[in-house]
Amino acid sequence: MDFASTLPAAAFWLFAAITVLSGLMVISSRNPVHSVLWLILAFFSAAGLFVLMGAEFLAMLLVIVYVGAVAVLFLFVVMMLDINFVELRQGFLQYLPIGALIGLILLAELVTLGTAWTFGSDISLNAASPAPAIEQVENTRALGSVIYTDYIFIFQTAGLILLVAMIGAIVLTHRDRVGVKRQNIGKQNARRPEDAYELVDVEVGKGVPMPTKKG
Amino acid sequence: MVEALYNLFGGEGPFLYFLAITASIMAVVLPLTISVAFAVYFDRKIWAAVQMRRGPNVVGPFGLLQSFADGIKLFLKETIIPAGANKAIFLMAPMITFTLALISWAVIPFDEGMALSDLNVGVLYILAISSLGVYGIIMSGWASNSRYAFLGGLRSAAQMVSYEVSIGFVLVCVLVKVGSLNLSDVVFAQEGGVLSWHFIPFFPIFIIFFISALAETNRPPFDLPEAEAELVAGYQVEYSSMAFALFFLGEYANILLMSVVMAILFFGGWYAPIPALDFIPGFLWLFAKTAIFFWLFAMVKAFVPRYRYDQLMRLGWKVFLPLSLAFVIIYSGVMVYAGWLPSHG
Repeated sequence: MDFASTLPAAAFWLFAAITVLSGLMVISSRNPVHSVLWLILAFFSAAGLFVLMGAEFLAMLLVIVYVGAVAVLFLFVVMMLDINFVELRQGFLQYLPIGALIGLILLAELVTLGTAWTFGSDISLNAASPAPAIEQVENTRALGSVIYTDYIFIFQTAGLILLVAMIGAIVLTHRDRVGVKRQNIGKQNARRPEDAYELVDVEVGKGVPMPTKKG
Repeated sequence: MVEALYNLFGGEGPFLYFLAITASIMAVVLPLTISVAFAVYFDRKIWAAVQMRRGPNVVGPFGLLQSFADGIKLFLKETIIPAGANKAIFLMAPMITFTLALISWAVIPFDEGMALSDLNVGVLYILAISSLGVYGIIMSGWASNSRYAFLGGLRSAAQMVSYEVSIGFVLVCVLVKVGSLNLSDVVFAQEGGVLSWHFIPFFPIFIIFFISALAETNRPPFDLPEAEAELVAGYQVEYSSMAFALFFLGEYANILLMSVVMAILFFGGWYAPIPALDFIPGFLWLFAKTAIFFWLFAMVKAFVPRYRYDQLMRLGWKVFLPLSLAFVIIYSGVMVYAGWLPSHG
């Protein structure tokens, strides 16, 4: 099948074009909700690019983590904003210099990376070490065998940083509100019928006697 | 499946290949859509039986064609777009829901070698697509420009993100035993009759998976996004005609997907309960198992009252998450120390 080689190329251009275009739309669309939706499309087509490179595991992780969780929370927050388009435009000139500065720095970094990138002298030794051909090893297993051996400390540190960030976010936003009625499941489950009600035989012509107080 | 069909055509070239792909997709999607129509009927009949009613019994023999009559009715109605709605997103949301409900089926192995795409990361693919399912709901909720729809969308977003976590951990337990993310490999690991099916070693977490699947598909008792008592119909409130039908079909396709995933992960996929019965085609076994799980889904709807929202969140984060996390550690610990880990070259 000779068309089998042209198909990935066509798919690459399709995904790449969608990624770049939706990236542009993220910063140019006026409605923040539209921006987030374009961002999701960008993530999604980036995942498509990963699949084309044979990195299917990374592609799925990108979709699960970024599209399925992070972007949902983005959308969640942005949807609840009270959007005032006039106000949004007002800050534009004020933020322009710092935005341009950040953009320039990023561009400079990318240019340095693109032009001055060379391999270290000892890398060639690693590259020569026997590695199975890319078709013979699933990239899930390949990633796992590297992350959990050579890079275990970096991996654990990343996990630790995430844990600290998570606890930090909880500590910052958590406040004990007083006077709020809460359900205590343990207490509810511990309740027995005999604690909750009692059966009283009512004599004719007399009222119900005062219930005996029980815990 | 695609390759087999392509070879069957006896020719070469991109057009035939394209034809083979389209035909294979049709071979999956058409039966699926018809199954969805009958699943709706089946569902309604089961609730009716539980509530001692007759259920749909007018259109066709035993009311079998009721879903098609409903479909035609919805098709002929007018699509109403609310004045304050964000038109593009409003119309996109049901399409996204329906498309996502269909594309998950691409990796389901119906029989040995009978999958549209035998993906190496099939389990992750299913997880990824089902985590995308929330977008249809959240977008429809926002675009409708209605309070009820918006509340439904927000509830659904929080709910699906919460229960996905425990589904993920349950999948990790199974994958540690199987040693592959490929759904066909998951089934191959259960060869040899009912005793080697996964629901025996994974009994407790299988139940966690079932309950999380109920929450993930917005089925009762977790149908808070569309709770009719408080939100009228939640995110579907402003939808009519085919837009509503797409949501409805997507929902049922997702329920069938969860049923088939449970059958594959825990109940031996296409294998017969006793190896002697393997002469019956595998996809029939898978179909029967899926039907049983669908029956369970329907029964839960008939039996269980709806959860309150804070109870739902508590169950997801304070009960299922720690439990499934503990099971991941217990299962992998036992497998490492007993030497039961699958060996790979």
